[in-house]
Amino acid sequence: MKNYLFELKEGLLISLRAIRANKIRSVLTTLGIVIGVTSVVLMSTAIKGIDNVFQKGVSSLGSDNLYIDKWEWFNNDIPWWELRNRRNLTLEDYRRYSESAKLPIAAAPTVWSIQKIKHKNTTLEAIFITGTTNDYIRTTNLTFDEGRFFNEIESRGGRNVVVLGNTVAKNLFPHRHALSEDIKIKGQKFKVVGVLSEQGSWVMGSFNPDNQVFIPIQNVFKYLQSQSFRSITINVRAPNTQMIEPVKEEAIGIMRRVRGLKYSEANDFSINQQEGLLNNINQTIGVIQIAGLFITSLALFVGAIGIMNIMFVSVKERTKEIGIRKAIGAKKRTILSQFITEAVIICLLGGLVGFLLALILSMIVNQFLPTSVQVDAVILAVIISLITGVVSGFAPAYTASKLDPVEALRYE
Amino acid sequence: MNIITIEHVAKVYEVGAEEVHALRDVSLKIDKNEYVAIMGPSGSGKSTLMNILGCLDTPTRGLYNFKGHNVSEMNDNELAKIRNKEIGFVFQTFNLLPRSDALHNVELPLIYAGVPASERKERAILALENVGLADRMHHKPNELSGGQRQRVAVARALVTRPSIILADEPTGNLDTKTGEDIMSLFNDIYQQGNTIILVTHEEYIAEHAERIIRIRDGLIERDENVIKRVIPKKKEEVA
Repeated sequence: MKNYLFELKEGLLISLRAIRANKIRSVLTTLGIVIGVTSVVLMSTAIKGIDNVFQKGVSSLGSDNLYIDKWEWFNNDIPWWELRNRRNLTLEDYRRYSESAKLPIAAAPTVWSIQKIKHKNTTLEAIFITGTTNDYIRTTNLTFDEGRFFNEIESRGGRNVVVLGNTVAKNLFPHRHALSEDIKIKGQKFKVVGVLSEQGSWVMGSFNPDNQVFIPIQNVFKYLQSQSFRSITINVRAPNTQMIEPVKEEAIGIMRRVRGLKYSEANDFSINQQEGLLNNINQTIGVIQIAGLFITSLALFVGAIGIMNIMFVSVKERTKEIGIRKAIGAKKRTILSQFITEAVIICLLGGLVGFLLALILSMIVNQFLPTSVQVDAVILAVIISLITGVVSGFAPAYTASKLDPVEALRYE
Repeated sequence: MNIITIEHVAKVYEVGAEEVHALRDVSLKIDKNEYVAIMGPSGSGKSTLMNILGCLDTPTRGLYNFKGHNVSEMNDNELAKIRNKEIGFVFQTFNLLPRSDALHNVELPLIYAGVPASERKERAILALENVGLADRMHHKPNELSGGQRQRVAVARALVTRPSIILADEPTGNLDTKTGEDIMSLFNDIYQQGNTIILVTHEEYIAEHAERIIRIRDGLIERDENVIKRVIPKKKEEVA
């Protein structure tokens, strides 16, 4: 063991000497690895970033939530025309469901509409308006910068009150507090009773609570659209993730009864959950990941071939040197490890530089995708460069170690 | 005590379909503190004999015993170890590592022997002093003259305190004057009690040795002691 460490140390010194002796060549060879490692680390970081964004976005839906809806959100098992032909879910369905359901923490009806909203001279186009009841807040994890959600009295009475998403509030009231101000939705005045703190992420688009406003559900039907055309969604919150399945089973039972379905009839409603979306996203990200890493590892592969090539040239060029070393007592193993060490050092140097480059570039990526180079990316870079070094160095080193000293000494 | 005993050694190379008998049947013994010259024209098999004696190659047939070890049956690693510890090479073309300075070149065999750095450096410097090159130890080979390079090579050969010094045409790339300097260096080394095997095709170089073995067509033609014109110093004086 001691002997081996000794040889390793000497191998390192010899390799460094050889690398220093061929500076330009070493730099060019290393460049291939630099590019390879940079692209692999950067790609893995970017993918991590995309993943973060999606996971965060999805988690704003809530992992304990179910959504009873006319539509199936994530699966395409049921043809769309069948979904379309389902009866709408009504407020009456919701009332009867929430009376019977024992397991959920809370259930709230929601309906949406897209409208212009105004404050004085500021107009925001196409804002996602969610109509719901005071129960809604208990089905979410929403938190407030200012004020509160509308209460039961405001909700039942259909008062003109509104809760603003963070982005909406910032856009409408750039320089002052929104609380207690009036805004106009389709000509109707609504008083701001609360402003949400920042919640989601851009992947959710207009589903992000930041881009929404919330008003009592009656007001949507009163001012914005007819109740008979719109199907509502019932947001249901289970006490915890383990309870999701029981809550779902219960909901299916109650909803079948509420909808008066016969034993032989299929459900004419869908129960959606975040999991469906997560599966979709994970699949997509998985594909991006494999494709991305495959393409970037091609770059690394080209770099590795470069090293192997240069190591072969180096072995050929140093045949005489190998002969001398063997004549004065270098063993096969010593020569083998000398050349592998050389390749590994080139790769590790390349890996280090590539990693630093990736670190800098990831700061640029960070402007678009909130991400940072992970510890596992460091380990990844080191492992990749080590393996690349050993793999690309082995064949040339083996060739060198097998040289016949008599032949090698004669080589000019 | 015999350091080297070879018996009925033959070496056959296969060149394409043809067999080349470089050595046919060679037997010889070399004692401790002998100074032997191996002579022969090119193609005689003297290089092959030197490679076998130097453990760079193994014989096709026959027995090679080096200080009680059966070299003919050794594997590459064992051969490397013997070369490292027991044999010091001096080549016609010096064969120094071009990018390393004299000190590192002399240290190299000690590196492979696993000698710790501090001891290694000390021994290497001593060896360089011994050949009169202590002031040149940080010079690279291309900054040294031919004679100096060969002296670095001699220092490298001696630094492991080997059982034999094997010199292959050590003056072949040097002018006559420098060649004579190197030969007198060998003489000193021999006087210090070392065993030297010198391979050459020059009669006047071979005459520095005590014994000349002449090879022709893969066989020993003659093996005789040199009758010196000048009486050498007596061995006992130095031993």
